[in-house]
Amino acid sequence: MKKTVIFGALTVAGLAAGAAGAATLDDVKARGKLNCGVTTGLAGFAAPNANGEWEGFDVAVCRAVAAAVLSDKNAVEFVPTTGKTRFTALASGEIDFLARNTTWTFSRDTDLKFDFIGVNYYDGQGFMVPKALGVSSAKDLDGATVCIQTGTTTELNLADFFRKNNISYEPVPVETNAEGQQQYLAGACDTYTTDASGLAATRATFETPGDHVLLPEIISKEPLGPLVRHGDNEWGDITRWVLNALIAAEELGITSANIEEMTGNTNNPEIARLLGTEGTLGEMIGLDNEWAKRAIMAEGNYGEIFAKNIGEETPIGLARGLNAQWTDGGLLYAPPVR
Amino acid sequence: MTTFSDPPKASFRPSMLLSDTRYRSITFQVIALALLVTAIWYLGSNLAANLRAAGLNISFQFLGNPAGYDINQTLIPYTSQSSNLQAAWVGIINTLLVSFLACVTATIFGVIAGVLRLSNNWLIRKLMAGYVEIFRNIPVLIWILIIYTIMTAAMPAPSAFRGDDPASTMMLGSFAFTNRGVYIPGPVWGPGSMIVVATFVASIIGVFAYRRYATKLLYDTGRLLPMLWPSVAILFVPAIVVFFIMGMPIGLDFPALAGFNFRGGIQIGAPLIALWFALSIYTGAFIAENVRAGIQAVSRGQSEAAAALGLRPGRVMNLVVLPQALRVIIPPLISNYLNITKNSSLAILVGYADITATLGGITLNQTGRAIECVVLLMLFYLVISLGISMVMNVYNNATKLKER
Repeated sequence: MKKTVIFGALTVAGLAAGAAGAATLDDVKARGKLNCGVTTGLAGFAAPNANGEWEGFDVAVCRAVAAAVLSDKNAVEFVPTTGKTRFTALASGEIDFLARNTTWTFSRDTDLKFDFIGVNYYDGQGFMVPKALGVSSAKDLDGATVCIQTGTTTELNLADFFRKNNISYEPVPVETNAEGQQQYLAGACDTYTTDASGLAATRATFETPGDHVLLPEIISKEPLGPLVRHGDNEWGDITRWVLNALIAAEELGITSANIEEMTGNTNNPEIARLLGTEGTLGEMIGLDNEWAKRAIMAEGNYGEIFAKNIGEETPIGLARGLNAQWTDGGLLYAPPVR
Repeated sequence: MTTFSDPPKASFRPSMLLSDTRYRSITFQVIALALLVTAIWYLGSNLAANLRAAGLNISFQFLGNPAGYDINQTLIPYTSQSSNLQAAWVGIINTLLVSFLACVTATIFGVIAGVLRLSNNWLIRKLMAGYVEIFRNIPVLIWILIIYTIMTAAMPAPSAFRGDDPASTMMLGSFAFTNRGVYIPGPVWGPGSMIVVATFVASIIGVFAYRRYATKLLYDTGRLLPMLWPSVAILFVPAIVVFFIMGMPIGLDFPALAGFNFRGGIQIGAPLIALWFALSIYTGAFIAENVRAGIQAVSRGQSEAAAALGLRPGRVMNLVVLPQALRVIIPPLISNYLNITKNSSLAILVGYADITATLGGITLNQTGRAIECVVLLMLFYLVISLGISMVMNVYNNATKLKER
């Protein structure tokens, strides 16, 4: 009797896992919730607040997708993933969408069979050193001890950088940003390296941020973006265009504050198409025509999300830099909405 | 005419598979095996089908690709351009190193604490009881973290040794204790040094041979040869003589501040020390309890009789009690050695590059080959555990009571 139950359960699990490959949109709609993979906690990007609600830069993208697909920005089940578990969680169908500052790389896109839907943060790897060390360039770090978060692309870039410059170093692998910060402050490593945004955020929490400097070298490109499983192109299109809609909304001047008055009240056809008062864009991706409007209303346009979570007014204090709109000299560029 | 024939053989009927005790156990085992194989096949094919549906496959090709990352402690040649397989080997050797060191020290701690726990001195007895109860009842994970944190926070950074009036100085001018590890003088092997080493190895064998001969002589003729000073002489005199004959080929390389860190000599990294020490004192507490149980399992009459013969307490312990207690101590000791090896997988907590950190951590993460990496990890720990178990069981068979 017991055996039958176990075999039954196995069969059901097998079928469910098998079906997860296709038609993610139908699964999400049937479930009524979007399973969204986020970090286990990185202030500004994804972390639960005092009330236990997830918030942050990556979380906002999850909420925008949920709003577009399910008409409810709160219909999201946040699944915390670590650097080690994130890809397995996505590949196995445990999550529908991974928004967890993950660098878009060739092998992740091809060999691991994922599709990056775009870039929501352009980053690069930098170094932080104590001012007292008297180092002004990363090339002077010959023989230094370097704290590095293990299992990240930064670890590979670090090895490449030192090899390219023909200098040596000793890695001190740490698991989390908090651990790296502690080791660095205790002097167990001479320099701490990670994405420059992370360094800035970490330094901001120090007692005396002025005693530490970020070296001028940015040794890698780190385009961080959300990703989905390879093979379900319809789902990929939906998530890609939700992200594009947030970016386009900022460019077109649509904010969560003025979106209602702009709806049906604009003579810019691109805004009209995006907000669903003209054309049938929603139909083309299997949603209704107000999908983008709901996505933008969820947490605001890209600029609002940036300013609220990691911008210069927040403790993280990041400048827009590369993440400014292309019209402002940055790299953000949404394809035309037509 | 009557035909005689043998009495009819009890022919085999299918129902005997269940009714006959000769076949019944086999029947059930075959059924169980079939069920097991079916279950494994089902799960395996399910996995294969799902991987195929996701466009993935099981492949170990990634092992040959360059790893791309650096490792802080490598006992074999390794650069970031070495293959993932080489990185796995580095991890395996690091795992074996810390496990071996911890097994040795845990045994020493355990035997000392276990014996002292039965001491007649109240203070020593209670101190040892305190050690055992405190260390045994707090998870090893916590101990590793505590010791590593104390090391990095309490010890000076290498920069403290710099300047005209440094905050810290090296002990005896050659040992540096920093929060990145301990730096000690290391040997420099000049030409001819291998002959010195070979002489020393031969001396060690010589010591064993001498002691064996002395024991045999004692049993055969009753003549007691001196043990201590000839052993020491055999061990050191030839090696020292050869060392000077060859023109002192082995030198010492002293660590010195250079750039950001100490260079030269041997560096024993803080992660290794923390992991080694934590595993030793934690498992030592368990071994202490095994030793105590073993000693208490030896009847009191044995030690009383030995004392009545006039043996001193130390010799009673060494000659009468411990040899008998070993039979009780060794089987649980095997489990403790296995636990040390498996617990060493917590190394990543302190950034020690063991097999779980290299193959099961960084390589897994960088290549995304989770299933392959975890299968290899499981295989490795299985092989190591069975290996330790086998060696220790050979020892156990050698020490256990010979029944004739």
